[in-house]
Amino acid sequence: MLEQSKVDKITSDLLRSIRLNKSFMIWMGFLGVSLFVCLGAYVKQLTDGLVVTGLGDYVSWGMYISNFVFFVATSLVGMLISAVLGLSGQKWAAPLARIAEIIALAFAAVAGLVIILDMGRPDRLLNVFLHGRVQSPIVWDLTVVTGYVLISALFLYIPLIPDFKICSEKIDKIPAFQRNIYKILSLNWNGTLEQEKILKQSTRMLSILIIPVALAIHTVTSWLFASTLRAGWDSTIMGPYFVTGAFVSGSAAVIIAMYFYQKNYKLEDYITDLHFDKMGKLLVLVSLIYLYFNLNEYMVPGYKMKKFDAIHLNNMFSGGHAVMFWLVQILGLLLPIILLLFKKMRKPLPMLFIAIAVIIGAWFKRYIIVVPTMEHPFLPIQNVPLNFKVYTPTAIEILVSIAPLILVLIIITILSKVIPIIPVHEAIEQLEEKQ
Amino acid sequence: MSEKEEMPKKKTRREFLQQLGIVGVGTVLGSSAILAGINYDKKKTESQRIRVLTAENELLEIEKSDTTAVVKTKYENLTYLQQQGREGMVGKRFVMVIDLSKCQNARKCMAACQNAHHLRPEQHHINVLKMEETETTPPFYMPKPCQHCDNPPCVAVCPVDATFKRQDGIVLIDNERCIGCRFCIAACPYSARVFNWAEPLHAQEDEDKTYNVELNVPQKKGTISKCLFSADQVRLGKLPYCVSACPNGVYYFGDENEDSVTNGTTKETVRFKKLLADNGGYTLMPELGTKPRVYYLPPKGKEYPFQEKDKAEAEEHLSHS
Repeated sequence: MLEQSKVDKITSDLLRSIRLNKSFMIWMGFLGVSLFVCLGAYVKQLTDGLVVTGLGDYVSWGMYISNFVFFVATSLVGMLISAVLGLSGQKWAAPLARIAEIIALAFAAVAGLVIILDMGRPDRLLNVFLHGRVQSPIVWDLTVVTGYVLISALFLYIPLIPDFKICSEKIDKIPAFQRNIYKILSLNWNGTLEQEKILKQSTRMLSILIIPVALAIHTVTSWLFASTLRAGWDSTIMGPYFVTGAFVSGSAAVIIAMYFYQKNYKLEDYITDLHFDKMGKLLVLVSLIYLYFNLNEYMVPGYKMKKFDAIHLNNMFSGGHAVMFWLVQILGLLLPIILLLFKKMRKPLPMLFIAIAVIIGAWFKRYIIVVPTMEHPFLPIQNVPLNFKVYTPTAIEILVSIAPLILVLIIITILSKVIPIIPVHEAIEQLEEKQ
Repeated sequence: MSEKEEMPKKKTRREFLQQLGIVGVGTVLGSSAILAGINYDKKKTESQRIRVLTAENELLEIEKSDTTAVVKTKYENLTYLQQQGREGMVGKRFVMVIDLSKCQNARKCMAACQNAHHLRPEQHHINVLKMEETETTPPFYMPKPCQHCDNPPCVAVCPVDATFKRQDGIVLIDNERCIGCRFCIAACPYSARVFNWAEPLHAQEDEDKTYNVELNVPQKKGTISKCLFSADQVRLGKLPYCVSACPNGVYYFGDENEDSVTNGTTKETVRFKKLLADNGGYTLMPELGTKPRVYYLPPKGKEYPFQEKDKAEAEEHLSHS
């Protein structure tokens, strides 16, 4: 039997974060004001049209679309940490599962909004449902992302059921309606053997189910590009290329979240140096696999130098996008791999900086995937203004791209404040198993 | 006093006869007036009969008063135009042939098209490009409309069926349905499509016009536009705007089913297959599998040389970064 004091310590440590304090208010206020400003930029786009962006008839997909790809990519981490690591018996990952799911759910749910911000006629969104063509990759994308959001929500909720019970009982100083909500959401959890069995089975089933769905969302998103004929997009390995890249950016996001939760919520006993060490190794692993796919993507067409592949590669390696390309590859991929091979670098603070570099690199990598291909179509760009030939995002475009990111931070912050971000029930179980 | 008594009696009889006379005349006049009025009305309506010929070749007369005028609402007009636009013309398969040996970059085709479709100067349904395939082959002018492919990548990717291929081969865009996702622009290898980033040209003047999908006017902000092979013109049996506007004999337009194309400048009609065979006709990037319906005759034996000032722009596409 477990010592009650130890159980109490776990619950008090992990439930401490569920309260609205001053720093929360300031942070939410800052996010709220920023969101308001960004939405103002979107209103300008609605009234004047997409002419307020730097897009043109040749580069018709730009920052909004690369932003969308980034959002879908980062949301894959839920599957990686909760499902893949969970199913393969990596017990160290268990405390991080909820953080990963929150990130995954927030990014996947907001990804749909990112696309709506790019539409020329958002008022006609219903047409996709009324007149949807099942042959269109956009319709596939809509289907799988919706499915992933639903499964991720379930995957977040079901392991939360025992934790809701603990929340309703153990947290003091919360309003009555909040306690009631926790109680209702705990679905009469009593910790009986049968309930534990149902919980384990449904969690396991969701873990298995989420893997193909998660692979599908980023493969189908990659097919938005691979289904076209353009150089740089017309690639047979676009699916796995995107999926492995997604793991890199998602892992970096989890590392950043881990650092902030550990520091702000004082969870050093639960998110330990071991976890950072393991996440560091995971990031090296997924980055190496992504590097492998990068080599295939560039070296194979680079050997043959077909006319339009050559133009595309020259542009990225030594042309207009060379600076961005090499910064992304070196600071966002190669250097992190090398640094994280050293144990000293797999400590919380160095890993925070490396993860920030990786995630910024990941965002710009999506930009590199979208824009140079659009700037080099098969037929020459002539008889149009210069801004059609070279894409430069405008201030409004940048603000409207930031808006969904702010929304994701708002969702993550609110979730962090109403549910324990480390699974309490599992923490207690793990302690029981140790004894 | 008997005289006085007798006098009124005589007067009343006269009076009576006078009054009778007046009433009588009044009645006659009044009734004849009424009768005339009735007859007049009758004549008026009686003469408003119209003759109609039925489908069974019967000649009938009907009262105009029995007929009612058909007033179509704007919505009914739109639905009619949409239906007509989606169906296309039965039994036709339109093709265009562009003779590159004749093009001198006059750009009358571009002007006529932009005028007819209310396009901004930088929006091109047809664009005359300065091409140079390799460093050693000579440069030439190449008009590039939408190729109206038989395996159109744009139609394949549209999520809402806003762009579609009709039975007569023309690929159209329905600006009432387009959601502005611009997937079709990404998919088109010929860069044939444009987007209404802002309010279209003449948006305010065109506001009340019913949208005709075969003319694509009025255009809508946030939707796609492209060459329509002037579907509104071909429906009337005329040639497309660009074909008619060219002064140099570059364009031929016609029906593959009839194996005939008409030259826009000379108005001469020739056999389509023979024209291609005699001149070595080809299509753009056939290896992509799009099956375009626009054929090009090579720029052989050019009468007018490529202009010096355009050489730099043509070379840009060879190896730019």
